[in-house]
Amino acid sequence: MKLRELAHSRTGDKGNISVISVIAWKPEDYPRLKAQVTADVVAKYFQGVVHGAVKRYEIPGIHALNFVMEDALGGGVTRSLAIDAHGKCLSYALLELELPDWEG
Amino acid sequence: MHTVRIGSGAGYGGDRLEPAIDRIRRGELDYIIFECLAERTIALGQLERRHDPKKGYNSLLEYRMRAILDAIREHPVKVITNMGAANPVAAAEKTVELAKEAGLAGLKIACVTGDDVLALLSPEMPVLETGKPLSDLGQSILSANAYLGADGIVEALKQGADIVITGRVADPALVVGPLRYHFGWAAEEYHRVGRGVLAGHLLECAGQVTGGYFADPGVKDVPELWNLGFPIAEVGEDGSVVITKLPGTGGMVTEATVQEQILYEIQDPASYFTPDCIADFSGVHTEQLGPDRVAVHGATGRCHNGQFKVSVGYQDCWIGEGQISYYGSTARARAELAGEIIRKRLKVRNCAYTELRVDLMGVDSLFTAADTSPLEVRLRVAARTADRANAAIIGDEVEALYTNGPGGGGGAVKSLREVVSVASVFVPQEKVSANVQIMEV
Repeated sequence: MKLRELAHSRTGDKGNISVISVIAWKPEDYPRLKAQVTADVVAKYFQGVVHGAVKRYEIPGIHALNFVMEDALGGGVTRSLAIDAHGKCLSYALLELELPDWEG
Repeated sequence: MHTVRIGSGAGYGGDRLEPAIDRIRRGELDYIIFECLAERTIALGQLERRHDPKKGYNSLLEYRMRAILDAIREHPVKVITNMGAANPVAAAEKTVELAKEAGLAGLKIACVTGDDVLALLSPEMPVLETGKPLSDLGQSILSANAYLGADGIVEALKQGADIVITGRVADPALVVGPLRYHFGWAAEEYHRVGRGVLAGHLLECAGQVTGGYFADPGVKDVPELWNLGFPIAEVGEDGSVVITKLPGTGGMVTEATVQEQILYEIQDPASYFTPDCIADFSGVHTEQLGPDRVAVHGATGRCHNGQFKVSVGYQDCWIGEGQISYYGSTARARAELAGEIIRKRLKVRNCAYTELRVDLMGVDSLFTAADTSPLEVRLRVAARTADRANAAIIGDEVEALYTNGPGGGGGAVKSLREVVSVASVFVPQEKVSANVQIMEV
């Protein structure tokens, strides 16, 4: 199952930092997201794009995770050589993440 | 409970204008904000101001103000905007001129200055992003502007301003200002100010909370995006926030659209740094009150860190770019061959670049390489150089692929641009103060 079946997502940027939210459509899927979409999983998924640390924050009231990815935007929005300097597309990249089966 | 209605009129410098004018005419608003400054806008404005001392403000100011002035004639909504950019005084003077032309009398137009802190910079200040001293940026610094808080806006409104034009202020301050003025909140009422920051944060990107930057057909359908309605926040005296929009407009306000925008560009949700307070969104939850009406509960705030973040604009480098497309079942192979040719040509030409990026659009330009060969592939080459001449080589060499490269290369384009970048430093808040000047029409 892909992450997009359980969650929606939006990317923001600050300098060379990309911030991606992952919000469960249904609150009952939030424990699964917390268990399966860890900072390590996201760091590995974005290796080659993100060169710094990945931190995860939890916002339980809206059943959301927030990923803060450093050194992720080719030096920063104002100087990146990338076509998508803001990394706006990265949320839809993350939604393609394949999740393992879940017994929980 | 007494509430105030604040509309959003722009979420970036070039945003649509009709939704804002519609909001002024039909929204029964008390205030409308226009957020128009991106990270490096002021540095670019400063360059413009060097050529013409009467310029340096948002290039759409005249276009917007003509329509706004016409609308507030019958619907006296107070307007708050950072369209002053690098020259709030000239922006206010221009607005006075336009108001006179429009035959409006008795209007007070305020400009808020004080954000220009170029004189306070010193070479040893550490750059927040790199930890290296500011002097590493060399002689190329163009501008330094502090993200001011709401104080100047509050003062302007106290002096009776109908239109407030600022330079750099923190985006949420455009909303915290009118809230503090309207409800008489003290600057130190951090719990309420934190909730005001949430309201500002939800309004500052305009259509992004009402269904813009959201649609995914079949999964997240949004009605009539061509006619997207901009948001209105109803804020209570205690800082409670309801986000809504006008009937008869496209888009939608749902818990999902609001939740995405709550976290947009927020790093640690417990510590969102603004000059007015450190806002805490970690305990928020949303509640759908009715169609296109969502309440957001649970935000708060605590004392700011005593620093203003300063955005330092500097002349950084040049970027040269070229693109060309290939079609067919061998499109990817031909685009890859084209990329190899370019790498060799840049060596032959002794092109001096510090960074080179060769992408296949349709394959790997946005994320990692897909294991496919689409029927359409577009080669994109971009390089960072110190000067214009080297940057120009990139596009010229891509264009030359028409006659010297793989078969069937089409639609070549080339560009080059001088890049102004930004770096950040902190300055203590006590060293900076907002100044308010009122001009009467």
